[in-house]
Amino acid sequence: MDKAVIETIRLNLYYGDFLALEEVNIRIHRHRITAIIGPSGCGKSTLLRCFNRMNDLVESTKVEGQILIEGEDILSDKMDLISLRKKVGMVFQRPNVFNLSIYDNLRFGLRIHRMMSEKKKIDEAVQNALEHVGLWDELKDRLKKNARTLSLEQQQRLCIARVIILKPDIVLLDEPCSTLDPVSTLKIEELLRILKRDYTIVIVTHNMQQAARVSDETAFMHLGKLIEFAGTAEIFSNPKEKLTENYISGRFG
Amino acid sequence: MSRKIREFGVEGCIKLSGLLVIIFVILIFLLLLKESLSLFGVYPFKDFLTGTKWLPVSDPPKFGIVPLLLGSIYVTVGAIVICVPLGVASAMFIAEVAPAGFKHILKSLIEILASIPSVVLGFIGIVWLGPFLKTTFHLSTGMCGLTGSLLLAYMALPTIISISEDAIVSVPKSYKEAAFGLGATRWQTLWRIILPAASSGIIASIMLGIGRVIGETMVVLMVTGNSPIIPHTLLQPLRTLTATIAGEMGETVSGSDHYYALFATGLILFIITFLINLIADIYLQRTKK
Repeated sequence: MDKAVIETIRLNLYYGDFLALEEVNIRIHRHRITAIIGPSGCGKSTLLRCFNRMNDLVESTKVEGQILIEGEDILSDKMDLISLRKKVGMVFQRPNVFNLSIYDNLRFGLRIHRMMSEKKKIDEAVQNALEHVGLWDELKDRLKKNARTLSLEQQQRLCIARVIILKPDIVLLDEPCSTLDPVSTLKIEELLRILKRDYTIVIVTHNMQQAARVSDETAFMHLGKLIEFAGTAEIFSNPKEKLTENYISGRFG
Repeated sequence: MSRKIREFGVEGCIKLSGLLVIIFVILIFLLLLKESLSLFGVYPFKDFLTGTKWLPVSDPPKFGIVPLLLGSIYVTVGAIVICVPLGVASAMFIAEVAPAGFKHILKSLIEILASIPSVVLGFIGIVWLGPFLKTTFHLSTGMCGLTGSLLLAYMALPTIISISEDAIVSVPKSYKEAAFGLGATRWQTLWRIILPAASSGIIASIMLGIGRVIGETMVVLMVTGNSPIIPHTLLQPLRTLTATIAGEMGETVSGSDHYYALFATGLILFIITFLINLIADIYLQRTKK
């Protein structure tokens, strides 16, 4: 069996008394797109947010079990959250560009991690990141404009660029297309397929077609439990669990 | 039918109240203007605005407003330099750092701070702060600009803290999430993302603080020494526009040149505070967008 990039072992997560994740064991592989699907409230976003410990921001969260990222237990006290989040980047549901110029949005991460100081190198990195997400040609002449003047799709691409400029290993996406129109959604999906070559991608989506279109592997969650995890084709054509079948055939959700 | 009449009546009353407020402002402005113009009939406007001596009871009297204007500006600038860093830092602390329970205590304490009567602060200035500054800086008197600046800074703090805090809290949470998601520390997020995003609200709070400081009368009347000469440092006694009006109005004969000169001083003060509030309002509007 090949080595997993992300592995959880008997992961439990409580919000106060509420058990949001129960005994989750999942192994996510390198350079694949893994989709996490399930009805709302099933814990899919919660699981995703465990991978870069964004749940730490929510008060009274308690986590049990282990999460290994490239073999390292990220729940340990010794874990440096700053380098973890640099390695495991996250794109959120709504495009959350900063109220700064396009250029400064991209430079922010480089600055806080003190990755480079020469203007030439920063310019290069900015250009690279924008080329990577297919924005360079559109935006190269207006890098100084406020990022919030962009269309939502462009903003979401910029958010992806803002993550990959830090050269992460893993990119987490939390329903990245839920505020976008269908055409923009397809464009973002196309982008994910390209990014797969360089990054391990985990995407949470409530849109089953999206999971079917874009992912290599799919995890189905229900009420905090991981019900089934297999190749996307298998999940959608030949699910092993009754619950999975009911969900993907649209009987609940 | 009767309901319609009632509707009409209520609407009319509300409209009238709104209009009355505007009318009063205009009337006050016109009164100030009319009385000031009476002065400028006998005393040239240019001498009033550029004169460096305020000697209302000498013969002939001199009504140069420059020393008073400078007095107000010195005290205000001093107060702002002291209270802006303090106020913005407190707002940051309350909005982002303090734990929930402590936050509530702090916020109510700040409201209490705002409700201390200015005459009480003046009192503290006379019996404690003034003598303290006198011995610390070896001054001939503790009743000086700095005493006023310190107390006024204290008075402007609640305004600056509460409005800045609102501005910081209203920065979308998603910014914070994005910054943390990229690996920023709390301080980096606050300094590089949240503060710039809240900047128009913070500027508005500073402008309102300035408005409060420049219009304040009682404290400066009590502690700044009241000498209408051009100040060179904040450690000298000085006198502000407000203190001049409050201090001299009782001694003037109604209808005299001195009386009109005080109105003209009031007009200048009115114009300054109006402009400052206007700027504050522009920035507040900008935050709402």
